[in-house]
Amino acid sequence: MIARRALLGALLAASLALPAAAAGKFITVASTTSTENSGLFKALLPAFEQKTEIEVRVVAVGTGQAIKLAQNGDADVLLVHHKPSEEAFVAEGYGVERREVMYNDYVLVGPGDDPAGIAGMTDAAAAMARLAAAGEPFASRGDDSGTHKREQALWKEAGVDLEQAGDWYRETGSGMGATLNTASGMNAYALTDRGTWLSFKNRGELEILVEGDAQLFNQYGVILVSPERFPHVRKDEGQAFIDWLLGEDGQRAIAAYRLEGEQAFFPNAARKPAS
Amino acid sequence: MTELGRAAAAALDLILSGDAELAGIVGLSLQVSLSAVLIAALVAMPAGALLAVLRFPGRGLLVVLLNALMGLPPVVVGLLVYLALSRAGPLGSWGLLFTPTAMIVAQAILVTPIIAALTRQTVADLQEEYREQLASLGVRPLAAVPALLWDARFSLLTALLAGLGRAVAEVGAVIIVGGNIAGVTRVMTTAIALETSKGDLPLALGLGMVLVALAVAINATAFGAQGLLRRVQG
Repeated sequence: MIARRALLGALLAASLALPAAAAGKFITVASTTSTENSGLFKALLPAFEQKTEIEVRVVAVGTGQAIKLAQNGDADVLLVHHKPSEEAFVAEGYGVERREVMYNDYVLVGPGDDPAGIAGMTDAAAAMARLAAAGEPFASRGDDSGTHKREQALWKEAGVDLEQAGDWYRETGSGMGATLNTASGMNAYALTDRGTWLSFKNRGELEILVEGDAQLFNQYGVILVSPERFPHVRKDEGQAFIDWLLGEDGQRAIAAYRLEGEQAFFPNAARKPAS
Repeated sequence: MTELGRAAAAALDLILSGDAELAGIVGLSLQVSLSAVLIAALVAMPAGALLAVLRFPGRGLLVVLLNALMGLPPVVVGLLVYLALSRAGPLGSWGLLFTPTAMIVAQAILVTPIIAALTRQTVADLQEEYREQLASLGVRPLAAVPALLWDARFSLLTALLAGLGRAVAEVGAVIIVGGNIAGVTRVMTTAIALETSKGDLPLALGLGMVLVALAVAINATAFGAQGLLRRVQG
């Protein structure tokens, strides 16, 4: 009986000892897996948090889901990479304004022996057309993410009708990392952002085959979720984070970040437009 | 095999290095899941016992429903809790989304049917066994509930462990309502999912081994406590 009481007491104590929900200031940032998986946030945030004492909580999901979270008012700041969706988000009144932060690029990866013969091509759409003609397996995100949307735009540009695609076209319906795991497992081609690729360890026989096309440019934008629409949005803290990212300190920190010895993101915030 | 070897090495390395981040993640996993099971048990055990002893119309249907709910997909529970706690949802003003509290709520919902269904079956079996005794003493069904629950305590511990196993191992619900935020809502399973998505399979598997070791430790403790109790109480 006593032992049982003690056990129950221990359970209670354990459950009540939940970390006293951080009393300090914090913001929630809805962002993409590419920024989280690449370790960028882990490198950037300590400097900002130390300077402002504002804790940044990053929820990393696909761009489509991140925008959905922000539309429900579940984030203070949105940092994603699909310009048309971001502009629509602002136009529909969910966000204050869209500012460009940084860019990197997408790359086409595939098995090193390259059965479709696209290695070294500099026209991404032409490479995609050749992939479709060869019917070699291609692993698609299929999840409405920024990368998935870019991939679909490339297929369109290549004149490939995915409705007619055979079973070489495989939608994983999951994140970039999971899709790369799948591609690695079945030696399939895939489109990925460079940040995720650089941090991805389970490459197997996959390597970068096509890169450097202007079509593969990958711009990241940041938006403060509208405090008018959602009064609970922590607008001062959120704006402080955006100002820091776009300012000298943030931009320098982004440029300085190295992933496996390579620069993963290139800052390109414009000076604030005179309003 | 080399992959497994590297995973085991990663697990050992994690444990031996006393990694502070890992300790935090393990701690949060335990706190969230233990709290969820405790809350679920407070509701589920009395409810399961009542369902066992009371006779009322629609009882059979309720039992079937309860048993079926043991198979609730975590992702579905996560989505429901998300919709309720989202700022756009009915409880949005509480601001609970992406907190450990939200994760406890989701896991408690997931675990309640498991504990209730197992409790109901255990108590029903016991009641059957003691039917004549209870009848001869003139004990009404409701009044027998505390005694039946107490008598079933060792079996009920297994029900709790089943619930805890479900809670500590699920990823679908906590990743949606918790958001896998580093240092705030990251638990063992969401950390494993994250490392898998980075393609760091040895580290992911290593974390998995730590989780299994944790489960073994919890069950060993429960087993030991059970034996101790039996001896103390004769």
